Amino acid sequence: MNLTVNGSPQEFGGDPNMPLLWYVRDVLGLTGSKFACGTGLCGSCTVHVGGEAVRACVTPVSAAEGMEVTTIEGLDAEGNHPVQRAWRAHNVPQCGYCQSGQIMQAAALLSQNPDPSDQEIMDGMSGNICRCGTYQRIFAAVKTAAKEV
Amino acid sequence: MTMLTNLSRRTVLKGIAGTSGFVIGARIGADQLLGLPANAAEGKLEANLFVAVDGDGSVTITCARSEMGQGVRTSLPMIIADEMEADWARCSVVQADAEQKWNDFGQELDTDGSRSVRRDINHLRAAGAGARKMLEMAAAEMWGVPAEECVAQNHRVSHAPSGRSADFGELVATASGLEAPDPATVQVKDRSDWKYIANESAFTPDAYVDLVDMTTGKGMFGADTMLDGMKTAVVARSPVYRGKVESYDDSAAMAITGVRGTVELPMPELPIAFKQLGGVAVIADNTWAALEGRKALDIQWSDSENSALDSPSYDAALRKAAAEPGTTIRERGSYELARDKASAKEFTREYFVPFFIHTPMEPPAAVANYQDGKVEIWAASQHPMAVRDTIAEVLGIEKENVLVHITLLGGGFGRKSKADYAVEAAYLSREVGAPVRLVWTREDEVQNGYYHAASAQSISAVIDAGRVSGWRHGVAFPSILGLWVPEQKIGFNIEHGLGLIDMPYNSIENIRIENGDANLHTRIGWYRSVNNIQHSFAINSFANELAHEIGRDPVEFQLELIGEPAIIDLTKEKVEDYWNYGDPIEDYPIDTGRLAGVLRKARDVSGYGKSLPKGHGLGLAVHRSFLSYIAQAVRVQVSDDGNYTVTRVDTVLDCGLGANPERIRAQCEGAAVYGNTIARFGQITYGQGAVNESNFHDYPVSRIDDSPLNVHLHRIENDHIPSGVGEPMVPPFAPALANAIFDATGKRIRNLPIRPEDIAAG
Repeated sequence: MNLTVNGSPQEFGGDPNMPLLWYVRDVLGLTGSKFACGTGLCGSCTVHVGGEAVRACVTPVSAAEGMEVTTIEGLDAEGNHPVQRAWRAHNVPQCGYCQSGQIMQAAALLSQNPDPSDQEIMDGMSGNICRCGTYQRIFAAVKTAAKEV
Repeated sequence: MTMLTNLSRRTVLKGIAGTSGFVIGARIGADQLLGLPANAAEGKLEANLFVAVDGDGSVTITCARSEMGQGVRTSLPMIIADEMEADWARCSVVQADAEQKWNDFGQELDTDGSRSVRRDINHLRAAGAGARKMLEMAAAEMWGVPAEECVAQNHRVSHAPSGRSADFGELVATASGLEAPDPATVQVKDRSDWKYIANESAFTPDAYVDLVDMTTGKGMFGADTMLDGMKTAVVARSPVYRGKVESYDDSAAMAITGVRGTVELPMPELPIAFKQLGGVAVIADNTWAALEGRKALDIQWSDSENSALDSPSYDAALRKAAAEPGTTIRERGSYELARDKASAKEFTREYFVPFFIHTPMEPPAAVANYQDGKVEIWAASQHPMAVRDTIAEVLGIEKENVLVHITLLGGGFGRKSKADYAVEAAYLSREVGAPVRLVWTREDEVQNGYYHAASAQSISAVIDAGRVSGWRHGVAFPSILGLWVPEQKIGFNIEHGLGLIDMPYNSIENIRIENGDANLHTRIGWYRSVNNIQHSFAINSFANELAHEIGRDPVEFQLELIGEPAIIDLTKEKVEDYWNYGDPIEDYPIDTGRLAGVLRKARDVSGYGKSLPKGHGLGLAVHRSFLSYIAQAVRVQVSDDGNYTVTRVDTVLDCGLGANPERIRAQCEGAAVYGNTIARFGQITYGQGAVNESNFHDYPVSRIDDSPLNVHLHRIENDHIPSGVGEPMVPPFAPALANAIFDATGKRIRNLPIRPEDIAAG
């Protein structure tokens, strides 16, 4: 099967049921997407497929056939997507492990809704867990990024 | 007994010359650090264990503590850079491996107990000052002028009388040929000259060494190291602690594409300590194949002596043991004499806090490569030396043949101070003959962890003439010491010293604290702030309840219980070995004045005493832990169905000197969320010896829509030496929330987690 990952065409002949997370991590070596629950409950593995945020740990690679997949490594060539800049301006990360997924989730949220209400930010980000508890800054950073996209 | 020996070790205190009036109690002095020979390397100054300067002037600073979200890879090196007069923009940070030189010097690598800054600041300052001195000496030699006339500032050394100056890089060739400076000539800066230390404005986002990596996916965590020929392993472990593999059939697993084999991991002899649990590993080309292979294994597990563990009966046994007489661990006066007075009345309440598991976002992970009798491992570990030593023990090789690299940790919270997963990786690499990436799933982490101990507590107060004349606190919980002493029935001094025997109500004349027996059926481990969680919950809840019982304002009453400013001397109260978080009691006494101070401030900043709308409540709690003093005021809104929202948190922190005020605020915000998880959700239960919960659906943690997002830090400014930050802002949260819910609804909370249905039940 064929798909595009971060702009590069890829061909994959392995198990089509393999979750996209293990495909990008183990096969392509893109380790920015993180494994944390394996059941779509925490959002650490969030990537974009066709511009939509998906949980890569429960999305079979076959679901991305013919699609454009974007991981944190490909969100912006310079790492300067408005969400990434806002994340740095608010110094959001503590351990950093969930933040790839948080950023990918926020970027998808803002691409669909560039001016979210407070409640829409809550709803949009509530699928992403951060055990360090950076939510106060995540909330502020999403609002900052919304002014830029 | 790694932990115990480490805690009892004391290194000789040696001073450092300095005009700073700011004296920091330290275990390692400048003499020890600076007495080490500087390594003469071509074109490079290796000034000491922590600092090297290249010919282009770039400075490399080694961070010897693990990064797990506390910002330590920025905060500690900036201490060195400040004392060195290095420009932080020209410094880079490398992570220390678990090398023997750190043990020889006395530098702990174990990142635990909220102690990195307080244990390290003195010798890190000396490391920076010593490197600065060497550069100044080099300038003096180059220019033929007295060294004391050469002054380093902002990455240059200048000689004012001649107007000469040189960049650090220009001095390296000369400096690298110098002997290490006489410690007596090395002066640390005056506090007023600090540029980075304790200066919040220095900690801009650009200052953080890992921030760009963490926002671009480039950060390297435990499972991110890629080695040629690497296999991935997952391990099936017994659902019941100490269950053995009786037999297994891997034929279905082996039929899965990408599965290369299975390996039985032996179950080690007790004590378990940090060794592996044992089980059956599936080795595969990728993680997915390994996981599918594990699902297809057919394993017969034996029962064990822990198969009978069942939460309802176990919890009931803890409650009984807490209420009944136990081993007395602190005694002041006579509780019985106070209680038996004709005018006295006894008031008793019981509290229960369940088992928790850490759930760092990154489950335990490591990549190991065993070759020719040696192990190289990249591990997300809080405790590099435990990784080295436990691998050496289990594999039967010399410690020198284990090289441990430390990656970023995707959260630690105490889980990653144990080495079991790293041992699994190393063992499997040896068996497989290839590098192995060892992956734990969330289910593995929740069901095969080191658990925060469940605990029952019974507190009684003797009320006599409107005052509290006696206090009896009974506790029962399975002990962490069981990792080393499997037959252990009660806690040990460290657990007792986590907010229990150091109970601060100093105005009470008669105090008895007792520890009842509890059986061990699982691995118990430390968890962010450890037993302080339950002790703070019970003591603060009970004080609030007692105030209402006798018709007093809870905060004024708690201040009265704390009493006049005083130092509590537990040695006079039959406490044999109060550990004081491993630091000298003379440096960090139990100071009730500081405790009362944070409580008063929390009262004042939170608007305590003002009337609130219906359904709203305000609760306070105060606790000393990790040598810091914290009060929290939690505002809550409770709806009729019992659902509740934390609308504001005010945290008052007295931690003395704060090296990085910006990350202290981040820790404050994070601790409120962590406390919210504990208060609202945390609960591991057992059935037939196995953990019932498995992942975030049945072991929920705080999300953005149920977390406090309005958290405010109020620091007490003073000249005290640094104390803990990472953990101590957690324990007051649950009781402050419970007291706030009582304020809002009149519903008293005595058990965690606090469920909406329990509040609604009225």
